[in-house]
Amino acid sequence: MRGRVLKALAILTLVLLVSIAIGLAVGSQRITPAQLFADSFSRALFFRLRLPRVLLGLVIGASLAISGGTLQALFRNPLADPFTLGVSGGGALGASIAIALGWSAQLAGVPLVFVAAFAGAMLAVSVVRLIARTGAVVMPGALLLSGVAVNLIAAAAVLTVEYLTDPSSALRILRWLTGSLDVVGLTPIRNMLLVLVPAWIGLLALSRQLNLLAIDEDTAATLGVNVRRCETIAHALCALIVGVTVSAGGAIGFVGLIVPHTVRMLFGEDLRIVLPGSLLLGAAFLILADALARTVLPSGELPVGAITGLLGGPAFLWLLRRRQQYSAL
Amino acid sequence: MMLLSAQNLDYAYAAGPLAVRRVSLTAPPGTMTTVIGANGSGKSTLIRLLAGLLKPQAGTILLDGTRLADWQPRLRARHVAYVPQSTATAFPFTVMELVLSGRTPHTSRFRFENQHDQQQAQHALEMTGAAHLAQRPFISLSGGERQMVILARALAQEPRLLLLDEPSSSLDLNHRAALLRTLLNLRRTKQLSVIMITHDLQFTAAFDQVIALRCGEVTATGTPDDVLRDQVLRDVYGDPHIHAQRIGDQTLVWTDL
Repeated sequence: MRGRVLKALAILTLVLLVSIAIGLAVGSQRITPAQLFADSFSRALFFRLRLPRVLLGLVIGASLAISGGTLQALFRNPLADPFTLGVSGGGALGASIAIALGWSAQLAGVPLVFVAAFAGAMLAVSVVRLIARTGAVVMPGALLLSGVAVNLIAAAAVLTVEYLTDPSSALRILRWLTGSLDVVGLTPIRNMLLVLVPAWIGLLALSRQLNLLAIDEDTAATLGVNVRRCETIAHALCALIVGVTVSAGGAIGFVGLIVPHTVRMLFGEDLRIVLPGSLLLGAAFLILADALARTVLPSGELPVGAITGLLGGPAFLWLLRRRQQYSAL
Repeated sequence: MMLLSAQNLDYAYAAGPLAVRRVSLTAPPGTMTTVIGANGSGKSTLIRLLAGLLKPQAGTILLDGTRLADWQPRLRARHVAYVPQSTATAFPFTVMELVLSGRTPHTSRFRFENQHDQQQAQHALEMTGAAHLAQRPFISLSGGERQMVILARALAQEPRLLLLDEPSSSLDLNHRAALLRTLLNLRRTKQLSVIMITHDLQFTAAFDQVIALRCGEVTATGTPDDVLRDQVLRDVYGDPHIHAQRIGDQTLVWTDL
């Protein structure tokens, strides 16, 4: 088992390194290592724009994928993901309110937009959890439907905020909502990592208990898992991760769905592989999707959310079609 | 010293009547107890209380003299294993992965299962006759195969007390007998105690103690000879046409059509 994990993580680390190299090389202008030394314009482009963008892709991709894997285990539902459950929507609503109030506002040193997005995501996950759970059972159909409803409500509320706020904030919200990795400089990424790294570690530390929960709730309880506590902590960590991610990159869909399932298909069901594997592969996936978004059009670029949506939507439908394999649906 | 003892347990589901009412029972080490009763008589609720999955609204449950609720869940899991009526998983875990999960209480939190755990899991699968299924996805198995696998997971847990909720309901006759032989064998070699719900009255004569529930209350308790009588069973199942007859080591129970 330990050997299997190490092998999986070694392979995925390699994939991530290759993706980073590709992400750093391609774009509106190709940058080679030689140019980096020779040309000060290329250097500025690389360090001010290209590198931060690749790093943001890494951070957001890793975050969305690990939360997807966790939510699937928590709800014992292969179709769960920050996007399908409305957690991203809730986060987006919280972030929009914060942006309308002023982008740079802070609360005790933490950017207000993080706090608001976390609150929105936490509210969404609590609502979905409350509605989908009847007694001891989480109803898979109700789970996804309540996710849809939460998304719709959040989208309507975001629209309302856009209408009520001044035009420049509204434009900012609109641009950010489409989901893109536009970023200048490394400071915003450092701020995110201060919150995200501890949350990632928290989820990884829970991965064995989450694995037992993914099998069955009663089983987990009789094997020594404190089910309520584990669920509450994992929900809060997911809401935190998704909130912070959404506030930086907008609602980028389906990464949390495609990536954990790919890791499952390659390396098996054990969450102790799926979660760290998703962290690595999610990072690689979003870096590559963004590289594609930057280069696919002859001029200009697509928002990365469009790429992940176009890839992820069909993947979702394919999983739905394959549901005979999953008895809980 | 009792391994497990329960005193005057009451339990009601939200806005319902009492599903279990003033139930007391004891399980000394190395004893086999069976719980019988009609559908809806509170058997599963009782066993879920004993497994710590439900908390009694009145009464106490002691494991090794300590209140069950005061045990650390992980330590308790080294002593008590539970086999539910049926298990369905949302993800295609393999049989081996599932049985290995039974080793969780014995492996430290940030370690993976080692060679010894693998062997215990393999051994448990062999005991239940499910070793050939090891690499199959659990959700592709039949109901009876699933029951054997879930039993194997409980055995891999190396418990001192095994709580079984109708473990043989989907098993064929041959596998039912094999299940009982495995349990009797573990009682002899490992002092295993068993509390098992069953509708399968044929094998109850092999148990040390029979507890009969009706509407959540214990109506009869004692040795199989005490409980498996026409009058007692007619009362338990509310059927005036039930007959019980002892033939050698077996008890034949039937009802007129």
